[in-house]
Amino acid sequence: MARKKNKLTYEFLKGIWDENPVLISLLGLCPALAVTNSATNGLAMSLATGFVLLCSSILISLIRKIIPSQVRIAGFIVIIATFVTIADRYLAAFFPAISKDLGPFVPLIVVNCLILGRQEAFSSKNNIGRSMLDSLGMTTGFLFVLVILGAIRELLGSGTVFGLEIMGDWFNPWMVMILPPGAFFTLGILIGIVNLINNKRA
Amino acid sequence: MELALIFISAAIVNNFVLSYFLGICPFVGVSKKISSAVSMGMAVMFVMTITAIVSWLLFHLILVPFKVEILQYVSFILVIASLVQLVEMFIRKISKPLYDTLGIYLPLITTNCAILGLALFAVLKEYSFVESVVFGVGAGAGFTLALVIMAGIREELELANVPKVFQGAGITMIVAGCLALAFMGFAGIT
Repeated sequence: MARKKNKLTYEFLKGIWDENPVLISLLGLCPALAVTNSATNGLAMSLATGFVLLCSSILISLIRKIIPSQVRIAGFIVIIATFVTIADRYLAAFFPAISKDLGPFVPLIVVNCLILGRQEAFSSKNNIGRSMLDSLGMTTGFLFVLVILGAIRELLGSGTVFGLEIMGDWFNPWMVMILPPGAFFTLGILIGIVNLINNKRA
Repeated sequence: MELALIFISAAIVNNFVLSYFLGICPFVGVSKKISSAVSMGMAVMFVMTITAIVSWLLFHLILVPFKVEILQYVSFILVIASLVQLVEMFIRKISKPLYDTLGIYLPLITTNCAILGLALFAVLKEYSFVESVVFGVGAGAGFTLALVIMAGIREELELANVPKVFQGAGITMIVAGCLALAFMGFAGIT
């Protein structure tokens, strides 16, 4: 019994470090790079992605035995696209400013390889409880990376974090950090740091 | 003139990979050798052109008249995916050499974010039919350009002495950052 419990917690925890979607598996890079010019955008994006991931995991693990395997990918995509439409309409109705900032990157959650990858690798083979834990873990891992990336870029690029002034007047913002090159540099260095820590632990 | 501007803007100034971050997965995955980068780029350009045509027709002739624009994500992705599948079968029947160069990449890029991104951007920018097609070809050309440059740099990187923790994904990201920086220099053109 104890071992089984351990295993269940691992389904959740693996998403945060061991199989972190962005830093280790390199999935979902495009939203991770595109919308992290501020911590708020990173947070909103990862919550939207998490919503879609959780809902589609639940649905897919429920109907996994009914979907014929030849058309499973198409089926997954339709389910994912439906939930993305819901998330997109919700954001547009209740958080118009964020929705405008994220722009076409909300609908692009449909083709986020993180979501399709988890359905294919996990939810279509496991029961609903495990699938939920797995997607919650992945979401948490994704959220950490996006918020950290967003916070670093926002801090260096505009001197604020979550819109709050952190750096004083003396600070001269590095414009490049909130532009595309800054995203690549920050993620590259984060991946390097994670490798360094993993090498030390091994 | 208008069309030339759309082409240059899609290919260089607002390069899909380096300024919109679309299609990063193949950009990291398939950019190890120049030859495979060229084939992949050609396949993407081909699919993008088809996508631009089909998604324009779908949106303006079906979704708008029936007032079901809310279905655009579901319908775009389904139509693109099935169409690429058809094209793949067609190419396999018609030409073996063409299939060998493009074929294996076609299924891979159906769910590439760059393809759906193209369809969404074309709708968002309210392009006419011809403009959409030019936009599609331009975006494909830009993708190929970025992929081939990246592959060239990575072939050289094999010989470079990269710190161990940055090998692989880390250094790829940093190189991509330098490339993005270089492409920003084109921003004055439009």
